[in-house]
Amino acid sequence: METIHALATGRGRAGVAVIRVSGPSAWAIADRMAAPLPAPREAGLRTIRDGAGTALDRGLVLPFAEGASFTGEPVVEFHVHGGPAVVEAVLRSLGELGLSRMAVAGEFTRRALENGVLDLTQVQGLADLIDAETEEQRRTALRVADGAWSEMLSGWRAALVRARALLEATIDFADEDVPQDVLPEVRDLLVGVRDGIGAQIAGAARARAVREGVVVAVIGPPNAGKSSLINRLTSRDVAIVSDRAGTTRDVIEARIELDGILVTLLDTAGLRTTADEVEGLGIDRAKARARDADLRLFLRLADEAPDPDLFRADRDLVLRGKADLGGGDVSAVTGVGVDRIVEWIGKHVEDGGVGDSFVSRERDRIMLEEAASAIEAAIDQAGADEAELVAEDIRRATTALERILGRVDVEEVLGEIFSSFCLGK
Amino acid sequence: MAVARMGGTVALMTLRGADLGQMSCNPAIGGLGKGHLVREIDALGGVMGLAADEAGIQFRLLNRRRGPAVQGPRAQADRTLFAAAVRRRVEDEPKVDVVEGEVVSVEPLDRGVIVHLADGAELQAGAVVLATGTFLGGTIHIGDRSVPAGRMGDRAATRLSSWLREVVPAVGRLKTGTPPRLDRRSIRMDGLDQQVGDADPVLFSFLSDRPVARQVSCAITHTNERTHEIIRANLSRSAMYGGHIDGVGPRYCPSIEDKVVRFAEKTSHQIFLEPEGLDLDTVYPNGISTSLPEEVQEDYVRSIAGLENARILQPGYAVEYDYVDPRALDASLALRGHPFVFLAGQINGTTGYEEAAAQGLVAGMNALRHVRGEGPVRFSRTESYIGVMIDDLVSRGVLEPYRMFTSRAEYRLTIRADNADQRLTPLGIEHGLVGSARRAAFEAKMDALARGRSDLESLSATPAQLNARGADVREDGRRRTAWDLLGQGGDGIIAVRRAWPETAEMDADVVAQLRITSLYERYETRQRNDAETLRRDEMQEIPPNFDFRMVGSLSGELRQKLSERRPRTVAEARAIDGMTPAALVAVLMEMKKAETRASA
Repeated sequence: METIHALATGRGRAGVAVIRVSGPSAWAIADRMAAPLPAPREAGLRTIRDGAGTALDRGLVLPFAEGASFTGEPVVEFHVHGGPAVVEAVLRSLGELGLSRMAVAGEFTRRALENGVLDLTQVQGLADLIDAETEEQRRTALRVADGAWSEMLSGWRAALVRARALLEATIDFADEDVPQDVLPEVRDLLVGVRDGIGAQIAGAARARAVREGVVVAVIGPPNAGKSSLINRLTSRDVAIVSDRAGTTRDVIEARIELDGILVTLLDTAGLRTTADEVEGLGIDRAKARARDADLRLFLRLADEAPDPDLFRADRDLVLRGKADLGGGDVSAVTGVGVDRIVEWIGKHVEDGGVGDSFVSRERDRIMLEEAASAIEAAIDQAGADEAELVAEDIRRATTALERILGRVDVEEVLGEIFSSFCLGK
Repeated sequence: MAVARMGGTVALMTLRGADLGQMSCNPAIGGLGKGHLVREIDALGGVMGLAADEAGIQFRLLNRRRGPAVQGPRAQADRTLFAAAVRRRVEDEPKVDVVEGEVVSVEPLDRGVIVHLADGAELQAGAVVLATGTFLGGTIHIGDRSVPAGRMGDRAATRLSSWLREVVPAVGRLKTGTPPRLDRRSIRMDGLDQQVGDADPVLFSFLSDRPVARQVSCAITHTNERTHEIIRANLSRSAMYGGHIDGVGPRYCPSIEDKVVRFAEKTSHQIFLEPEGLDLDTVYPNGISTSLPEEVQEDYVRSIAGLENARILQPGYAVEYDYVDPRALDASLALRGHPFVFLAGQINGTTGYEEAAAQGLVAGMNALRHVRGEGPVRFSRTESYIGVMIDDLVSRGVLEPYRMFTSRAEYRLTIRADNADQRLTPLGIEHGLVGSARRAAFEAKMDALARGRSDLESLSATPAQLNARGADVREDGRRRTAWDLLGQGGDGIIAVRRAWPETAEMDADVVAQLRITSLYERYETRQRNDAETLRRDEMQEIPPNFDFRMVGSLSGELRQKLSERRPRTVAEARAIDGMTPAALVAVLMEMKKAETRASA
C-alpha cells in the first residue's frame, strides 16, 4: 500500500492549514521532516523542514497510530500556517522525499471505508462534503474560460492518443501493410504536447502571482538602505529605519498595489556574519523567506556579488543603493531608480503573460508535471526498437491528463488505428 | 477438455464429429495478442498450443525486433494435421464423448439442464456450454445469393437461434468473411516474393521445442489498379454493398470491397498466399475476403500478378451469424438469469480460434465448478489476456467482432507471452488442469529461474571494473549486479558474459528469460500499484439488485448511466465516463449501508 499525502483543509489564505499523510511510511516521513516525532495523538511544536533540512515553517505535528486514525493507517498531520506558499512548499517537499504521492480526490475517505474505520453516518456526511467539493472543482476545471481549458486538455489528449495509435499500429499490425516510419509524426506530436504543457506549467506560477500577489524580497548587506527604499515605495514608515547596521531583525512585510497587482515587499535583516544570536536568527529567517519569494531585489553597497544561494539570474534584480551619496542606481532619498524597480516587477508579471495559465490547483500542476515527464521519457526513447516502452510512457502521460479530464479508452486508440490504416490481410 | 481434466464428464455435441478441429477461416494460429492467448491456454493445460505446434508448417515470431512484451508467436498450420491433432486428443480423453446431433433448445431444471436435439433426443447435464461459432442462425452470402449455412457446405443452427432469441433479449448479428480458395497448381509462383519462416522457430507450447512438420514458405502478391477497377465497377453486386447484410463486420479484417472503398487512395493491397496444408492443393489468399458474385471474384483474382490463370476451388463469401450481447454474461461466462448456461466463442461477439479457445476453457472450468457448487474462477485483467478479454466483453460489450490486440492490455509489459506459464500454470495446477509432466517441467523451470536470478544478483562490480572488462556502462559510481546489467538496454546478455565469463555456463534459456524479467522490472514496479488498485476494485462486487437511485449526491446524469449499465464490480463502475472518485465513494457507502441492512 502506498503512502499518500494531501492538503486536508481548504485552499487559500487561512490561519491554519492541515496537511495529512497516511500510509505505512507516514511516520518515517514525519521523522524526516519534523523530528522528533511526538507520541501518538499528542501534538508537538516542530520546525518542519524539507529533505535538505531547510526550514519551511514551524507548526504542530500530530501522529496517529495504525488502527487509531482517520484512515486506519499510520497518519501524521502537519498543522502549518495557512498561506499558499507554506502549503505548497510542504507539499512539494513531500513529493520530493519520494516516500508518498499526492492522494487522488476522496482517497483518504476511501481508505477509511476500506479499513472499516468510519461508521456509516460519518461516511455519509463526509461523502457529501467531498462530493460537493470535487464536483465543484471538476466544474470549475471544465468551466475555466468557457471550456477553453478542457479544449486544450482534450487537444493534448487527442494528440497523445494519435501518437499512441501510430505506435500501436506498428506493434499490433506488424505483419501487415502498415507504414513503419511513424516516428517523425509521433515525435512532432509529443514535442507539441510537451511544449504546450510546459507553457501552462510556467504560466501557472504567474497566474497565481496575479491572483495571490507577487512576493518581492529586498536583501543585501546591512545598512544598504533596504528599509528606506521600502518606505519610499510604500510611502509610509513600515520598516524601522536607522543608521545603525542590523536594525531590521525580523522580516517585515509591506503590501502595495502596482498596476492592480498585489505586491508584498519583504524587508529582511541585512546579511552579514554576526555574533548576535538574535540577529543571526533574523538573518536565517531572511534567507529562507528570500528563497521562497517570487523575486529578489539585491541592494548592495559596492560591487559585491549577490549571495549565490539566493540569486536567480533570470528574474532577480541587482542594484546599488544610496545613489544620493553618489555612484548608486537607486535612492530612497531622491527617488532615483524607483521607476526601474516598479518596471521590473511589472515586467515579471507581464512576462508570465498574465492569466495565460489554467493551472490554478496544485493537483493539476502535479498531474501536468507527471504528464510532461512521461512525455519527455517517451521522446527520449522514441527511435529505439522498444516501441512498447514509448507507448507505455505515452499511456502514462495520457492517464495523468485524464486525471484532470475524463478517461482514456483503448477503443479510441483502436479507432484511430482503423481510420488511418488499411488493415486486414 | 478442461472439464475432463478437472474430473468432469463431457458430451461434446456437434453436427459432424468428423469436423472436429476444422479451421473455418485462415489456416493460421497466433499473432499479436492472439499468440499471447495461445500461450495462456497452454499454460493452463489447453490443447491449442500443442496442436498448432504439431501442425505448424511455418513459424514466425512477430515483432522480433521489438521488445519481448509485444512479441507474438504465429504459425501457418496444415489444416489436416491440426484437425488430426485436435481429434486425437479428444478421442484419447475418456471423459469426453463426441455426440453428433443438432441442439435445438436448452431447458432449465432446478439444478442443471436438459438439452433437446433435433431428432427428439434429450440429454440431461449439470450445465451446458454453447459454442456455436458462425453456425448460430448462420447465413452465407455470395453476391445476391444467400443460403442458411454455418460454413460453406454445412448446415446452420437455425432452431437453436429461435430458442435463444426467446430467452435472451439482446441477440444481434455480426458478419465475417472469407476469401476464395485457390488451386495451388494454377498459381504462377515464380516471380512472387516469398516469406520464409524464422530460422529459429518459436513455438506455442511451453512443452514443445521444435517443429514436427516440414516447413514451407508463403508467397506474397498484390492487388493493383485494375483489380480495384473491377471491384469498384461491381460494388453494387457485393452482398455487403448491395444491402443484403445487416451484421457488423470487423474493421481490422475488412473485405477487399471495404479496402477499395475506404482507402480509395491506396493503389495496391498486399496478399499472402498461404498454403492450407503440405498435401493439400488449396491456397488461402489472405487479404481479399469478399462477398462479390463468383464470376466477379474470378475476374478480380485473375487481374493479380501470379494469379492470371488461378482456379477458384471454393468461392469467397460473407457469413452472418447471431451473437448474444456479452454484457448479458457474468465474468464466469454464465448467462445471467440462466446460471447453468455458459457461452463461449463467437456467440459472445468475438472472432478467432484463439479467443474462442480461451473462452471455452474459462466457460468449461466455471461450468464444472458451478455444478459442483464451487465459486467461479475469475481472471483479472492485470494478470492475463484472458482476463482482459472477458472483462472487455462482459463490461463493455462489442460493436464489431472482438479480436485480441496487445494494445487492449494496459499491463502488457508484465503480462507477456514469455511468462504466461509463470502467471497461470500455478492456477492450472490448483484447479487440476495441469498434468504431471507439465507440472514437473514448470517446477523445474521455476527453480532454475530462481537459482539463476540469485546467482546473478550475487555478482557485482563497479562501473570502472565493468568497463575494464568491456561491458560498457555509464561511469556513475553505482555498483551493478549481473542482474542489473542483464536488464539494461542493448544486449545485456553479452555484457554480462563479458563482465563475468563464468556466466557463460548458465543455461541459455534461463538467462534469456531472466533478461526479459530484468528488462521490464522497473515498469513492473510502476504498474504494480495501479494493478493492485484495479484488482481490489475487480474483487469488490456490486450486488446485482443494487439500486443506484438510492445513492445520494450523484448527478442525475451519472445516476442514469449507472442504472443503465449496471456495473457489476467497482472496477466497472470506475470505468464509466464522468465517474468521479467522490461519486464512487458514495456508491461504496450505499453498498455498505445496504449490506448492513441486509445483515440486520
